[in-house]
Amino acid sequence: MSLAPTRTPSSVTVGDDLPELAIPLTRTLIVATAIASRDYQDVHHDPGLAVERGSKDVFMNILTSNGLVERYVAEWAGPAARVKKIKIRLGVPNYPGDTMTMSGSVTAVDDRLVTVDVKGINSLGPHATGSVVVELPEDAA
Amino acid sequence: MSAGTSYDDRQYDERLEAFIGRVLNERTPGQDPVNVPMIRHWVEAMEVANPVHLDADAARATGRDDVVAPASMIQAWTMRGYAATVRPQAAAGGFQELIALLDEGGYTSVVATDSEFDFVREVVPGDEISVEEVVDSISPEKATGLGVGRFVTTMKTYRDGAGEVVATQRWRTLRFKPAAKVEPRAERPKPAINLDNAFWFEAARERRLVVQRCTSCESLRHPPGPECPECQSFEWDTVECSGRGTLYSYVVAHHPRHPAFDYPLLIAVVELEEGTRLITNLTGVTPEDVTIGMPLAVQWIDDGPDLTLPVFGPAAPEPTEES
Repeated sequence: MSLAPTRTPSSVTVGDDLPELAIPLTRTLIVATAIASRDYQDVHHDPGLAVERGSKDVFMNILTSNGLVERYVAEWAGPAARVKKIKIRLGVPNYPGDTMTMSGSVTAVDDRLVTVDVKGINSLGPHATGSVVVELPEDAA
Repeated sequence: MSAGTSYDDRQYDERLEAFIGRVLNERTPGQDPVNVPMIRHWVEAMEVANPVHLDADAARATGRDDVVAPASMIQAWTMRGYAATVRPQAAAGGFQELIALLDEGGYTSVVATDSEFDFVREVVPGDEISVEEVVDSISPEKATGLGVGRFVTTMKTYRDGAGEVVATQRWRTLRFKPAAKVEPRAERPKPAINLDNAFWFEAARERRLVVQRCTSCESLRHPPGPECPECQSFEWDTVECSGRGTLYSYVVAHHPRHPAFDYPLLIAVVELEEGTRLITNLTGVTPEDVTIGMPLAVQWIDDGPDLTLPVFGPAAPEPTEES
């Protein structure tokens, strides 16, 4: 298996846009990711209890929001990149049946540290907005 | 009618402030060391394609010694697990004391609002991760979309088996008084829309903030009107605004109250970047925090099916190009 290339500092520029990524928010995704993150709060897997607690349905947990933001930026950066910061502000919930569209753009390049501003937006509005800092490998000499 | 802060309120604030810097949750180890099966479960569920989490050869090809866990997974290693979630044991400590004090203040509901991770190093199978949580700050009572509440910010410090910090997480939750179920909100009094100003409201329905421009002398004007006050021309077009501006002036309305608005109601004159001023409402800021000249950014509110209006809230700091 050949490894995907990793971006280097000279290959990214402030203002670069990441390709958008649409993530279908299936019920299975929401439940499977909650359990994979060891979050057993009933609002993330039990629709009846979620409604009883005032939600319209189960909804995605925060660890998954962080995980998907990391996935989006880390896959753009490439496998040798290391994630140094993930910062998100939470907005509207991710409910089953919706789609979250991730978008991002490079806002800072400081030596090997690249800051990408990220938004994950669903039909209700912004679910997560924030930034990720990745450390890229040095440019080949 | 009570104005100002009562002795009881001040005393309550002081009791909350006493929590700042306190350990909420003592350093607690995760149930299991970092391990490949849990990484696999995470990577598959999140559909992570990056091979460095499961394929040791790929990880080595990127300069690592072995596979690494996804960075954001750090929190998962210290989650309390299924049994403790569905059959919680009675516990006593800083966390329980703070929750009890917030309950006493009526802040019985909680929603997480912000998470900020800083990663010191990647964690690898075998790492024994523990977490400690300390109170960073507790805000004064704020009006929010969910109800009045206080933002509680804590710092979670994740350490490895040797006690070295591998990551920190600033974690903010809003502890709020759940708003009683409310009737659908009354709509605002409707503006009088006519041939001269319809363009502005039509643009607003598309969430575009525009200013009228004289095509003869190019001066901008607001509110809309048929004739240029500078050169008396009737020819005009519009320019799109950036949506940014600063607070030129404001008043705080307390009475009389209209059911479409929240009180105290901030009515502002916002000076747009383009130079014209606009009368509007402020949102996301309380009267105590308003300052003349503060940077503002447009937000949009829908009021009934046919009316969308600009309001302004504190602007997020702009990244500077020079730095």
